[in-house]
Amino acid sequence: MPLRLVPRLAPSRLALYGAPLLAVAATVVFGYVLFLAIGRDPLTALHAYFIAPVNSRFGLSEWLLTALPLTLIGLGLAVGFRANVWNIGAEGQLLLGAIGGGAVALALWREGVPGTFLLVCIAGALAGMAWAAIPAFLRTRFNANEILTSLMLIYVADQLLGYLVHGALRNPQGFGFPESRLFSAEAIMPNLLSGTRLHVGWLLVPLAVLAMWFLMSRTVTGFRLQVSGEAAGAAAYAGFSQKRMVWLSFLLTGGLAGVVGAMEVAGPVGQLLPEISPGYGFAAIIVAFLGRLSPVGVLLAAHLLALILIGGENVQMLGVPVAVAQLFQGVLLVALLASDVLVRYRVVRLGRLGRGSA
Amino acid sequence: MIDTALVLAILVSALRTATPLIFAALGELVVEKSGCVNLGVEGMMLVGAVAGFAIGLTTGNFALAFLVGALAGAALSLVYGVLVLFLMVNQYAAGLALTILGGGASAFWGQRWQGQNMRGLQPVEMPGLSQLPVVGSVFTRLDIMVYVALAAAALIAWALLRTRLGLVLRAVGENHDSAHALGFSVIRVRFAAIAFGGAMAGIGGAYLSCVITPLWIEGMTAGRGWIAVALVVFATWKPGRVVLGAWLFGLVSVMQIHGQGLGLAVPSHILAMLPYLVTILVLVLISRDATRIRLAAPGSLGKAFRPTA
Amino acid sequence: MPTRRTLIAAALGLGLAGAAAADEPLKIGFVYSSLIGDAGWTYQHDLGRLMVEEAFGDRVETAYVESIDGGADAERVIRQFASQGYGLIFGTSFNHMNPMARVAAQFPDIAFEHATGYTQDTNLAIYHTRAYESRYLVGMVAGMMGDSMGVVASYPIPEVLRGINAMTLGARSVNPNFTTRVVWISTWFDPGLERTAADALLDQGVDVLAHFTDSPAVVQAAEDRGKHVVALGDMAQYGETSHLTALVYNWGPYYVERTQMVLDGTWETANTWEGISADMMTIAPFADSVPQEVRDMVMAKKAEIGASEFHPFQGPLVAQDGSTKVPVGEIPDDMMLLSMDFYVEGVEGSLP
Repeated sequence: MPLRLVPRLAPSRLALYGAPLLAVAATVVFGYVLFLAIGRDPLTALHAYFIAPVNSRFGLSEWLLTALPLTLIGLGLAVGFRANVWNIGAEGQLLLGAIGGGAVALALWREGVPGTFLLVCIAGALAGMAWAAIPAFLRTRFNANEILTSLMLIYVADQLLGYLVHGALRNPQGFGFPESRLFSAEAIMPNLLSGTRLHVGWLLVPLAVLAMWFLMSRTVTGFRLQVSGEAAGAAAYAGFSQKRMVWLSFLLTGGLAGVVGAMEVAGPVGQLLPEISPGYGFAAIIVAFLGRLSPVGVLLAAHLLALILIGGENVQMLGVPVAVAQLFQGVLLVALLASDVLVRYRVVRLGRLGRGSA
Repeated sequence: MIDTALVLAILVSALRTATPLIFAALGELVVEKSGCVNLGVEGMMLVGAVAGFAIGLTTGNFALAFLVGALAGAALSLVYGVLVLFLMVNQYAAGLALTILGGGASAFWGQRWQGQNMRGLQPVEMPGLSQLPVVGSVFTRLDIMVYVALAAAALIAWALLRTRLGLVLRAVGENHDSAHALGFSVIRVRFAAIAFGGAMAGIGGAYLSCVITPLWIEGMTAGRGWIAVALVVFATWKPGRVVLGAWLFGLVSVMQIHGQGLGLAVPSHILAMLPYLVTILVLVLISRDATRIRLAAPGSLGKAFRPTA
Repeated sequence: MPTRRTLIAAALGLGLAGAAAADEPLKIGFVYSSLIGDAGWTYQHDLGRLMVEEAFGDRVETAYVESIDGGADAERVIRQFASQGYGLIFGTSFNHMNPMARVAAQFPDIAFEHATGYTQDTNLAIYHTRAYESRYLVGMVAGMMGDSMGVVASYPIPEVLRGINAMTLGARSVNPNFTTRVVWISTWFDPGLERTAADALLDQGVDVLAHFTDSPAVVQAAEDRGKHVVALGDMAQYGETSHLTALVYNWGPYYVERTQMVLDGTWETANTWEGISADMMTIAPFADSVPQEVRDMVMAKKAEIGASEFHPFQGPLVAQDGSTKVPVGEIPDDMMLLSMDFYVEGVEGSLP
């Protein structure tokens, strides 16, 4: 190859903002051709994708609401990924959070306990942490690869949720349909913005971004995470316990994913259903990397992904098949991931490098 | 109620159920042996399924259908290869993006094949085997791809252990820096492994759309790609065990259904958890002994490789 | 070759022409829980949507969003429809019930329609089909073409249990020794698993297959093995000789009627649970192999059900355990049907 990638010492500021824009621009061109090819007006379709979802108060609130789970889980994952701890199972931890939170909400159904929603969130966080503790334990105790155990546990969690809403947690007055009762009012997340579904849980977004920034760049733990990720040997030499990093990463992400699951069922959904999440836990992995594992980056990436998620629903209303919407999303993700290389690396000609280093 | 004929029927059904998983898991095994984890198996199976069905329907030539299914899977895997090997994108993120892309692309191109019916690939009679007492009839009811899957497993097992190609692949997966220092092209080896994995996933997908249910429906793989990923671990990166694991999985899913038909009532959600729980258990058992996991799992699995000058 | 600019102009021009032709067409939104391409439940709803388009032409504009199943997205999509000037919105899956109820409360001037649920409001109508009536008829066909039936079922909810029981009753009305076997696969859509389940039932020796799952995999299994099937939706193209008939959801007439009401300004909330008499359920054309006397008997029973002279669950209705659920000469009330949680006599195995 005549071209070669050379790592940048510091991310290029131009590339930092330019690369994602370039990726979006390339995808827009692709989408333009795609929508034209299926006989839809490309401008209308692109407008529906990127503008229409956020050009109203309600639209904006939905955008924030959809980005909420992606941001929180993405932040937790970013911490773990920095330490080379690969929790791929946040989706399962989210589902357990929904189950744990939902079980509390149903146990206190019509008991009139004020602030039940707080208990729901705490239960969700604990359930998510408990589920995340399984791969952490198996990794630290038995050396079992956490990528695979956390991935497998997603499917177990999914079946567990299905089992419960078809059985023990099913609404007794629900004509046998697989869903729980609607939670009573005190278990529902209080509203943040009237006329929308945005709830107080959203306040966790700025808090979590700040906390994560603080953890990563201002604490010894953050430094340790970083070091054990970049040089496991050096970390061990310095007395940092890799096991502690594994536990920390998993419990943090599990707790965040669990809270997210509980807030979904106690927020916009309002009950337990067999399907709770459209794959937030998976999407958050992409968010973490698009955000370059930095708190602000995760925040931005989560909002970009939330936008195309809602946009994908919106274009369908214009008669664009869901297949096309999904294809467009896939291309955008690939382009975004690919563009990131420009931020981290410089492209140079081999010859020039040879001369330069000579 | 259980008689010989029923047992044989269960065997036939289990072998068919296992076959797409064997193809896809063998492909993923080779990818992982080279040091990469491609979580996009589901997406590659889907494009393989749509391509295989399209060719099977229009030409009636199933050899061609599987070939094109393989090419489609390999073509999609190249996206992953470029992202991971040249653009240094994280493997898990790239694999997940590939799942989304493959799902969208297959649904998009599959629109015109939706709702079409075809006669699938038919069973063949295996000379010799079909003359066996008792079990002979099994070998009249299986299609050729069931045997191809076994041959592929044997071939891959042999190639990994006994050929220079296999040695290089394992060296690259074990420690890419040493392999690079020894003068092997890590990138080239991994790229080939990824394309091979895509092709095998494509064949697995085509088996679904050409043999098991000869039709095309969006999302028809219904999570089999993820089971294939699980199988590779369950098999501790050994081709022979991939086959055994897939058979076991096929047998359990078929037996579960037969059990119900014969009056056994177990909540199916609980049964559906079992394969994943068993996989975790196996992983724990092999991993607790550090030397055994080190022998089985590729050392560089999941780590990015960047050639230093 | 047209330039890009002219293409845009053409596309925009078409849109404007469409809008100008009728003054304010009624916009109708459909929310689907799965993909139209699944060939099953959603596909049949989409046939209904197409019937609305055909019946009203320029006077309506329809749109749909696929694959919205539970979670937070259902309410958002319904709300997007409502806030974009849609005058009539259909939610076609049970999971859309509570989201729809919440949006309906916020948009009192828009007509909402929800399929299969039980929550009604002044601007939220509910509708459902008495699928068990058609199930009874296809069961009769099965009973006359074989001695046993294998059912590929999804989840043990009342809707599915009603169907299994109705088919068994229909079959046993013409073949008293008929038995039914059920396999639960815990999904509405997994072609591979549906096929495996169908093969297992055939291996156990059943003569006729039936299914509650979406894909045509079960029909293909029957065709491959030279057995019979009564399908869910007309899937005759997948089973030239095996596809005896099918129960067919006919949402179109209802959708057309409700659309007409909105156009006329006469729409009001309703609780519709209709079957053959309202043409919301029917059966697919018979296969050539179905003898004339079978057809005559089934069509006669269809007419009886249509005229409310016969109820598939009329007494005596005996459950699997021998207990009488409906005494002789009585007709069960809808509450009992909606919460059905037992197998009738003739179904083998126990409920999971």
